[in-house]
Amino acid sequence: MSIFSEVPQAPPVAVFKLTADFREDSHPQKVNLGVGAYRTDDSQPWVLPVVKKVERLIVEDSSLNHEYLPILGLPEFRSAASKVALGEDSAAIKDNRVGGVQALGGTGALRIGAEFLRRWYNGVNNTATPVYVSAPTWENHNAVFADAGFKDIRPYHYWDAAKRGLDLSGFLDDLEKAPEHSIFVLHACAHNPTGTDPSQDEWKKIAEIMKRRNLFVFFDSAYQGFASGSLEKDAWAIRFFVSEGFELLVAQSFSKNFGLYNERVGNLTVVARDNENLTRILSQMEKIVRTTWSNPPSQGARIVGKTLNCPELFAEWKDNVKTMADRVLLMRDQLKAKLQALGTPGTWDHITQQIGMFSFTGLNPKQVEFMIKEKHVYLMASGRINMCGLTTKNIDYVAQSIHEAVTKVQ
Amino acid sequence: SYSSLPCLNEEGQTFVLPLVGKLKKQISADPTLCPEYPSSLGLAEFTKRATEFALGKNSLALMENRVFGIQTIGCTGAVRLGAELLKHWYNTRAAWCGPVYLSSPCDGNIFEAAGIQDIHYYFYWDAKQRDVCVEKLLADLEQAPEQSVVVLSASAHCPTGADLSEQHWALIIQLMMRRRLFPFILLPVQGLCCGDLQRDAWPVQHCASQGMELLCAQSFSHCFGLYGDGVGNLLCVLKQSSLLSAVQSQADRLVRALWARPSVGGARVVATVLSNPEEVKHIVERCMLIRERLRERLRLLGSPGCWDHLIKQRGLYCCTGLNGQQVEFLSKRRHVYLLPNGCLNVSAINSSNLDYIAESIHLALTSAL
Repeated sequence: MSIFSEVPQAPPVAVFKLTADFREDSHPQKVNLGVGAYRTDDSQPWVLPVVKKVERLIVEDSSLNHEYLPILGLPEFRSAASKVALGEDSAAIKDNRVGGVQALGGTGALRIGAEFLRRWYNGVNNTATPVYVSAPTWENHNAVFADAGFKDIRPYHYWDAAKRGLDLSGFLDDLEKAPEHSIFVLHACAHNPTGTDPSQDEWKKIAEIMKRRNLFVFFDSAYQGFASGSLEKDAWAIRFFVSEGFELLVAQSFSKNFGLYNERVGNLTVVARDNENLTRILSQMEKIVRTTWSNPPSQGARIVGKTLNCPELFAEWKDNVKTMADRVLLMRDQLKAKLQALGTPGTWDHITQQIGMFSFTGLNPKQVEFMIKEKHVYLMASGRINMCGLTTKNIDYVAQSIHEAVTKVQ
Repeated sequence: SYSSLPCLNEEGQTFVLPLVGKLKKQISADPTLCPEYPSSLGLAEFTKRATEFALGKNSLALMENRVFGIQTIGCTGAVRLGAELLKHWYNTRAAWCGPVYLSSPCDGNIFEAAGIQDIHYYFYWDAKQRDVCVEKLLADLEQAPEQSVVVLSASAHCPTGADLSEQHWALIIQLMMRRRLFPFILLPVQGLCCGDLQRDAWPVQHCASQGMELLCAQSFSHCFGLYGDGVGNLLCVLKQSSLLSAVQSQADRLVRALWARPSVGGARVVATVLSNPEEVKHIVERCMLIRERLRERLRLLGSPGCWDHLIKQRGLYCCTGLNGQQVEFLSKRRHVYLLPNGCLNVSAINSSNLDYIAESIHLALTSAL
């Protein structure tokens, strides 16, 4: 008798199933607007030119060895990554109260942060501390915090389907009503999946309540630079909260803005009250990393570290990032313009108001089904599309398909 | 521990397979390789070869399709994933908390991190005899409750370097079958022990051939000098092929909340090397040669004590028997870094540093400290 005889089949991950279905589809005009990865106008993945350059430099450098990285990761990567989030002139960095933990992508950073909070935040091993994630959010947020041991994971109001925008009053209300010390997972920019971010004034309101009610800030920052094309703009919320004196965590991913999806490059930035706290926190982080992957992989961190620390390479990287962001912005403009030209019922301003890789189109599940089955345009059941899946070659077809979905299917 | 620091020489270099360097260059120049998200299960070519490497190509379990492998972040990642899988699914009615039996000495923290509190240690290393004590080991396992998980090192036990013979293994596995204990086998340095890749993996293959279910955590970091790339594999052998899809899907789900997917670079290199067994044999032979030469050097220098254990022990590690003071002397005065317990990594020694290292050990033994 197997000890595993009663193990149930886990449901497939929706976004990967979508891509699998897309791959099997032989329709000549099929379009994949599902998984969140950048594509060029030729629908190809893009190796950033600066990354190609740096990879060659690394491979040619025989002085580099294949050593284990320290448990917390490559030092020059960690400090540069935290600096990118908090800014060159960050007072917190100058005060020596900022540290980084190299992690396996954004997911790894979230997991280490979650494990730390479960063990050491709001008491010791307090698995009852509520964790709030936005409604909707990246579906893996739930799994990461649950597997880290948290028992009480709740949604906070975020997306207002009726007005296709931020449900600010619902959000603020949830902040007021949350038990003190609850943890809130905030998307630093380019909210996944809605593409809808709070404005600066709205962030200020959010911060005011969080400070007053002692709520914990955990930023998820997977798209810095990718959203607006500007690193500074995309980090505004993080920097604002830090300037307001919050102790907080930021899970950073370099998968998208460096195109390093398979190197798993992430960083958990810790902003502590002072250096003494930081030291103790990092010592516990180290213990957690030791029992998760022990030593993080070096390749991706070397690429990112080298790029961020060299002024010429850094400038070239910012340029590459802007190229990606600009293409997305162009597709947003064009999609909205085409829908308006077609006279597609409804308003389509949200396409250009939303930001980042994703857009919540507002298509309902029936319309999504029509898009997939009849038009071979693949998008998530929530109506989420990846703008990077749009190209100058397929945008007319997609706009036409959306038009048909909206006019034929209620 | 599962991933000890490699021993560094004065230049701070570890041994790097020339082939690895060459392969990395090839990979970086290959335009067809795409930077996309790998599967959460890892590079298929790697897991296939890694799994075959451990079980042997003709394994019945493989042919009956009741085996899966998942690429992990090094051996630690493999152990952690295995621990999480057991924690969530060993007893589907409630979260499983143990008991887990580990060798003494060993690092139990990974199971604790996964939320498994009930950890015990079975007798392993007899410091006086400088060897394994199988009688005491068997006595301890005899006391373990049924359905306990037992963690065993297939070869190159870390940190002692002292291994169980095939006869020992046969006894242990027989006991485990009788007492319904679940084997979780560590295979961190397969092939680097006795020159025979199959022999190092014999315990895994024997368990599988006896029809047991098992988990095996493999690491390829040491084998190929890929310390910075953390390439590991969690291998799972099931009793029935009908369970494979469900168990693998649950392991996949656990991966996605740990690190989402592994990094690919190192796995590509390993997959290529594994299809090239001559290279691996070369490292193995080299390690054996180094052990012999080190013992010979110490003899010529007139170092006190008996150094037969250098060649009696197998694998990447060697437990020198040096004490804490001597280890400190080596690192502070000679820049030769051993683990605090006196174990050193044989693969870091080469012809240009062998004399220096032998001299250093000699000085550590003979200087007034």
